[in-house]
Amino acid sequence: MANTGWDEFEIGAMLRTFDGKIDDIAGTLQEDRTYSQNSSFSASVADWRIEKPIFSKDFCIDCQFCWIYCPDISIIARDKKMIGIDMDHCKGCGICVEVCPTNPKSLLMFPEQADEEAELAQWPAKESKEK
Amino acid sequence: MAFDKMELKDIEVWDGNFAAAQALRQCQIDVVAAYPITPSTPIVEGYGKFLADGYIEGEFVMVESEHAAMSGCIGASAAGGRVATATSSQGFALMVETLYQASGMRLPIVLNVVNRALAAPLNVNGDHSDMYLGRDSGWIQLDAYCPQDAYDLNFIAFKVCEDHEVRLPCMVHQDGFMTSHTAQGVHTLPDDTAYGFIGDFKPMNDMLDFEHPVTHGVQTEEDWHFEHKARQHHDLMTKVMPKIQAAFDSFEKLSGRKYNIVEKYDMDDADVCVVCLGTSVETAREVATEMREKGIKAGVVGIRVIRPFPFFEIAEALKGVKAIATLDRSSPNGAPGMLFNEIAGALFNTNTKAMLSGYVYGLGGRDLTKAHLVSLYTELQANVDAGKVTTQLQQFIGVRGPKLSFLDQNANNSVDEASLNNMSKAEVVACAKSLNIKVLVKDSKATAIEKILAGSK
Repeated sequence: MANTGWDEFEIGAMLRTFDGKIDDIAGTLQEDRTYSQNSSFSASVADWRIEKPIFSKDFCIDCQFCWIYCPDISIIARDKKMIGIDMDHCKGCGICVEVCPTNPKSLLMFPEQADEEAELAQWPAKESKEK
Repeated sequence: MAFDKMELKDIEVWDGNFAAAQALRQCQIDVVAAYPITPSTPIVEGYGKFLADGYIEGEFVMVESEHAAMSGCIGASAAGGRVATATSSQGFALMVETLYQASGMRLPIVLNVVNRALAAPLNVNGDHSDMYLGRDSGWIQLDAYCPQDAYDLNFIAFKVCEDHEVRLPCMVHQDGFMTSHTAQGVHTLPDDTAYGFIGDFKPMNDMLDFEHPVTHGVQTEEDWHFEHKARQHHDLMTKVMPKIQAAFDSFEKLSGRKYNIVEKYDMDDADVCVVCLGTSVETAREVATEMREKGIKAGVVGIRVIRPFPFFEIAEALKGVKAIATLDRSSPNGAPGMLFNEIAGALFNTNTKAMLSGYVYGLGGRDLTKAHLVSLYTELQANVDAGKVTTQLQQFIGVRGPKLSFLDQNANNSVDEASLNNMSKAEVVACAKSLNIKVLVKDSKATAIEKILAGSK
């Protein structure tokens, strides 16, 4: 791409999302789609982030709130089960944490350099309601 | 398709606007997004009426401004439709941002521009200010001189700009009121013949092709922007003119009407000629014929294709001419004028000895009369006889008050003291003779040189 000359690309301010012809794209999972190099799905924007969410499976009730609210389609869910976060496209906005209804939260924000294993090991305990 | 055809007489009495509207009907435009502005309104109004009456299968999008009109056209064109609209003057100016989007996105939109002056002061009449404003926008620009041209050039426009090797938008210009509202006999094409000339729209990278999704209107910075612009300029410089010529040729076979990239009139042996655009070409032709009866070998060069500029074609047309006048119907506001500059550039590296002078005329619809052109041709002949431009290089025609002219090339024919003192007497005399020189020196040696100069005259 870097060595492509002015006469080598398709005319127009136009980019193709997929390489070649696509069929039933809505029924194809993202990881199975033939995204082109020009698609923003192919580009990592992980370095935009200064804080990152960490997901703890133990308390998740698969309510799908985070999946619905994520503005960057970075919550990965399969068969209505939350399975993780797309760390190439998450920008660390924290909305998923804000909307998480469990006690304790199943998603929490940490500095980008935090160690996931260590944080999961010291996940906060359930808060008891004040009577 | 579910629309009615219209029976046309061989010759209909149409003004330029109606002629353009009829061409849009015959081309079966899918989408017209438009905002009305004098004097172009009847074009889109005409399309709207044909649509409502069942003569077109298409869509009329009413929008809130010309910026929105061209934006709507861009969206419809990127989606994969045959798209056109019309505008003038202030509306054109409001469209400018989106004009660059359309050409950069390589969308084959046809824009009928009914040329009108730009405010201030506000003015609805015809001059070429808006046409000149569009000349760096990356569009193809064709210029009509009469309603017949306005009709025919719309077909040429679609034929050229929709070609997959071109894919650039095209403006068809006509003079506000002088062409747009002047009814003349227009030779028509039958509906099927007209549509057959341009053929069905062939989409390219259209958004409605769901099997090949595209993003139109992407952003590029210093990494890729230059390559895109280079490609666009390359295609304008190399691909468009041959396609226009081919379209003119096949249109001539179809209709018998011949168009040329540069329209020459009595240029074979012309000593003096004017280069102009729009309705003025027809006036100048009439006067040129009359000047020949008076013994002045006058010719006219009309430019049919403004962008891409016919650089070599115009130099060829002006070969052998002794004095050329360029007529610009737009205030250059601090420069010699578009035609003067372009033609000076086209002639500069040739063997021409022609004298070039520029004229600014007809702003805000001020008439260019035959009397104006008679005195212009007479002035050009005087230049030929004197062997130099006898006037200033830029003059205004038909403006009230004292004579208005600029760029006196004799004003700077002075020599400073140092270089004069270094010349031999013979050199000083030769220099003085060739330059109509002014001596700007005061010391005793200079006084002696002045005496030499006086003696040499």
